[in-house]
Amino acid sequence: MDDESLTVPAPGAVPAPGAVPVGADVHRALGLTDEEAAAIVAILGRPPNHVELAMYAVMWSEHCSYKSSRRHLGRLPTDGPHVLVGPGENAGVVDVGDGIAVAIRIESHNHPSAVEPYQGAATGVGGILRDIFTMGARPIALMDALFFGTLDDARTRWLMEGVVAGISGYGNSVGVPTVGGELTFAPGYARNPLVNVLCLGVLPVERLVLARATGAGNLAVLLGSPTGRDGIGGVSVLASAGFGGADDGAKRPSVQVGDPYEEKRLVEACLELLDRHLVVGVQDLGGAGLACATSETAGRAGMGMDVDVRAVPCREPGMAPYEVMTSESQERMLAIVTPADLDEVHAVCRRWEVRSAVVGVVTDPDPASGTGRLRILDGRGGHVLADVPAASLADDAPRYDRPLAPPRDLERRRADDPAALPAPADCTEDLLAMVLDPSWVYRQYDHQLFLNTVVAPGSDAAVLRLAAPGLPTSAKGLALSTDSNPRWCSVDPRRGTELLVAESALNVACGGARPLALVNCLNFGNPEHPEVMWQLSESVDGMAAACSALGIPVVGGNVSLYNESGGADIDPTPVVAVLGVVDRLERVPATVTLVEGASLVLVGGTRTELAGSRWAVERRDHRGGALADWDPHGHRRLLDAVVELVGRPGLLVGVHDVADGGLALALAELALRSEVGVRVGEVAGHGELFSEAPGRVVVATFEADRVVGMCRAAGLDARVLGEAGGDRVVVGDLVDVALAELRAAWRDQLAGALED
Amino acid sequence: MTATVGVVVFPGSNCEHDVVSGIERAGGHARLLWHQDPDLGDVDAVVLPGGFAHGDYLRAGALARFAPVMAAVTDFAAAGGPVVGICNGFQVLTEAGLLPGALQKNRGLRFVCATVPVEVSSTTTVLTELAGQGQVLALPVNHFVGSYTCDRRTLDELRAEERVVVRYVENPNGSLDDIAGICNPGRNVVGLMPHPERASDPLLGSVDGLVLLRSLLHAAAGAGAGAGAGAGPLLSAHDQPPISL
Repeated sequence: MDDESLTVPAPGAVPAPGAVPVGADVHRALGLTDEEAAAIVAILGRPPNHVELAMYAVMWSEHCSYKSSRRHLGRLPTDGPHVLVGPGENAGVVDVGDGIAVAIRIESHNHPSAVEPYQGAATGVGGILRDIFTMGARPIALMDALFFGTLDDARTRWLMEGVVAGISGYGNSVGVPTVGGELTFAPGYARNPLVNVLCLGVLPVERLVLARATGAGNLAVLLGSPTGRDGIGGVSVLASAGFGGADDGAKRPSVQVGDPYEEKRLVEACLELLDRHLVVGVQDLGGAGLACATSETAGRAGMGMDVDVRAVPCREPGMAPYEVMTSESQERMLAIVTPADLDEVHAVCRRWEVRSAVVGVVTDPDPASGTGRLRILDGRGGHVLADVPAASLADDAPRYDRPLAPPRDLERRRADDPAALPAPADCTEDLLAMVLDPSWVYRQYDHQLFLNTVVAPGSDAAVLRLAAPGLPTSAKGLALSTDSNPRWCSVDPRRGTELLVAESALNVACGGARPLALVNCLNFGNPEHPEVMWQLSESVDGMAAACSALGIPVVGGNVSLYNESGGADIDPTPVVAVLGVVDRLERVPATVTLVEGASLVLVGGTRTELAGSRWAVERRDHRGGALADWDPHGHRRLLDAVVELVGRPGLLVGVHDVADGGLALALAELALRSEVGVRVGEVAGHGELFSEAPGRVVVATFEADRVVGMCRAAGLDARVLGEAGGDRVVVGDLVDVALAELRAAWRDQLAGALED
Repeated sequence: MTATVGVVVFPGSNCEHDVVSGIERAGGHARLLWHQDPDLGDVDAVVLPGGFAHGDYLRAGALARFAPVMAAVTDFAAAGGPVVGICNGFQVLTEAGLLPGALQKNRGLRFVCATVPVEVSSTTTVLTELAGQGQVLALPVNHFVGSYTCDRRTLDELRAEERVVVRYVENPNGSLDDIAGICNPGRNVVGLMPHPERASDPLLGSVDGLVLLRSLLHAAAGAGAGAGAGAGPLLSAHDQPPISL
């Protein structure tokens, strides 16, 4: 183990090792454009050598630099009284009271999962965990939003089995429960599935740390796995390009391989280092590896760093410096440590059997220019292999104002409303095709570890106790929901995203929680297609409008572009996750369940809009029309009222928001999860049955008059729909089906397709 | 007296704090023991918690059995001290030879996390002495390697000596004879796949695990301090891998 700080050689003219010949197109092979290569020459004042070029290539990739999306993301509201850390850090952090902060982040691992589903998903889990404990937080919950093609496709079944097994294999073993998520099947994801992974962590407020390399002479200590040749170019070659070529399979070596046991020890070691105040800052190594971690920690602090590439423990001999600097080998962290604490740091790591090696030293900014330099050295006192302004790798990345344009047939599509479609002869048939039991997925995830999961997967939101070892005692709870709706967003990305935020906030309210913050993962197609950039821009505007109207700040986000295959972009797929706080979590709140004899009350008005609904898109292949409008003020009243109803002891026996599949599916899911039938009187035709217009909740109660009265007093429509009971699901003369038949269809959708 | 339960932490364990919390809810004290500890101190019972000790590499429990603490646990068990292995802890106990048979991958080759009904088959063990014969408990299971198996003669012995402690009412993993947990001939070492600590709080939907944890505390108080005393430092068969570079 290298316990000494590095000796710094005298600065010299750099470009020697592997210097890039003038006029060569090496940069193109690395994913850089000619203009970007010229910008690097301008920054350095000379041509870059190969090591430098490789570092810029990964740091300026779409995945790392957000170069196409960044100018749009600035429109999102990010401030709020509870926000401790907003977007731009490893995770967003909010103060939830009682001296406790919550760190939260969501990230995509779409492209790796498309070529190697098990490891792609597994390393997605590993990466998001590191983002959370980098902030000083103990990860206590994971969630996943997954999007696949349809299950009649053998490749989709292989992808889904692999992704679920990867999340299960890594998440369960690393010891963080997966408490919820969502699952979407649509043909557009067949070759480009989406795997978005969210992690939530908790910390005492005073332990919050930021990834900064402050203090010249402090040491950069690399913790965890040795560095290998896996995952080189993951962010550039793989994550920042589409699929559809014959060489898709050849990208598999760019996928990293995960080791949850290494990660578990790394988590425990890092949290102990943080608890004992032995580190100045800590940064995970994810996309772009050491190049990213060293330049970001130094750049954020306005400092420089000298990195000895030979001091990096490697898995195999003969790795080139550019490979060491850009490898995406998993389960590694960079800690910034004062020389006085180094021995203790090594001792903590030894106890947890975690490798630790000094690989660099923090340096003062260059006196002449005032900028911190990131220098890569070939051994102590050896050649300078690279010398670049540290902050330039992150801050000077290009920002593109890419052309955007709405689709040419937008007006025609919006005018073509599904209201004009003929009414179904048999609504029951449509309902039977929509029910799906996701338990095949979440039974494979440990969703109970840490004894915090009060409302488990399968409800509108996961509800967790706010507790962890070392955390102050709190009676509060957390509610969390991930949501997406590519059908809505395909019809209208702006309104669709607004409705999505509204739905996610309502899901959290159904868990009895006040919405507090939101994180997002924006999954879109190729940003070089003007229509995709228009979708992204519209979606950001919709999210900004809804978050502002509902008072929910955006505390973090991730953008995944180039989700395309064979030239076809995916439908716009923004995923949002809303975090809410339950003031006092003293009982298990009502969930998606019924009790025989309870009244069913619909809170919210009668809505019949069908544009973008599952009924229209999936059942009638109709993708036009205008999405339902929503009233933000009314929605705020609804959120407050639902929190109030759920919080009254014993008032509700069941609650479920009306979303995917409309009122029909909401009633069916209530019945299926409780094995109690429903009898509902007349509704306003198949429109009301299948409309997904926002702002409606079905509650089950034995005090219907009181519930209706409370809602009306809050200025909300409410009416008794019918009652729970019997062994059939009956809605007027539109639906009449035995619970047993409904159950068979519900169970069969996933298990039937995936079990041999 | 209030018994103190030692909960062993291997690298890769993850249910240790949950077990401590469950023991406390059942009215006992608990403290963590480290896998490299050569002795157990003054604990009245030992729990090997769930998780993935040493990453489950090689086989679940196959490396953990060589930890220094396991020699002390073996001595403690031999002296009659109550020892319970939950989930991964059950796997460790079979690998260590403290319980017969083995756990293999679930039928269907998938991880299963669910709350399932489990029936108490024997009430004369340290984990079930306060439970009722035939009592059905709602207990969470959470494992990939939870299908119990053993040879015919062992199964005959387990049945004849009523050493099957808990059985699944609905078998989630293909276990032989629906076995969810067994004990040693002395009835002081019990291994089971379900997690009693996950059913110890009304907020978690079931408190059925408390009767098991209270039984353990009852047995621990009864066993007194005798069992653990004398378990001194022992040489480790397992040298830690060097981490210096």
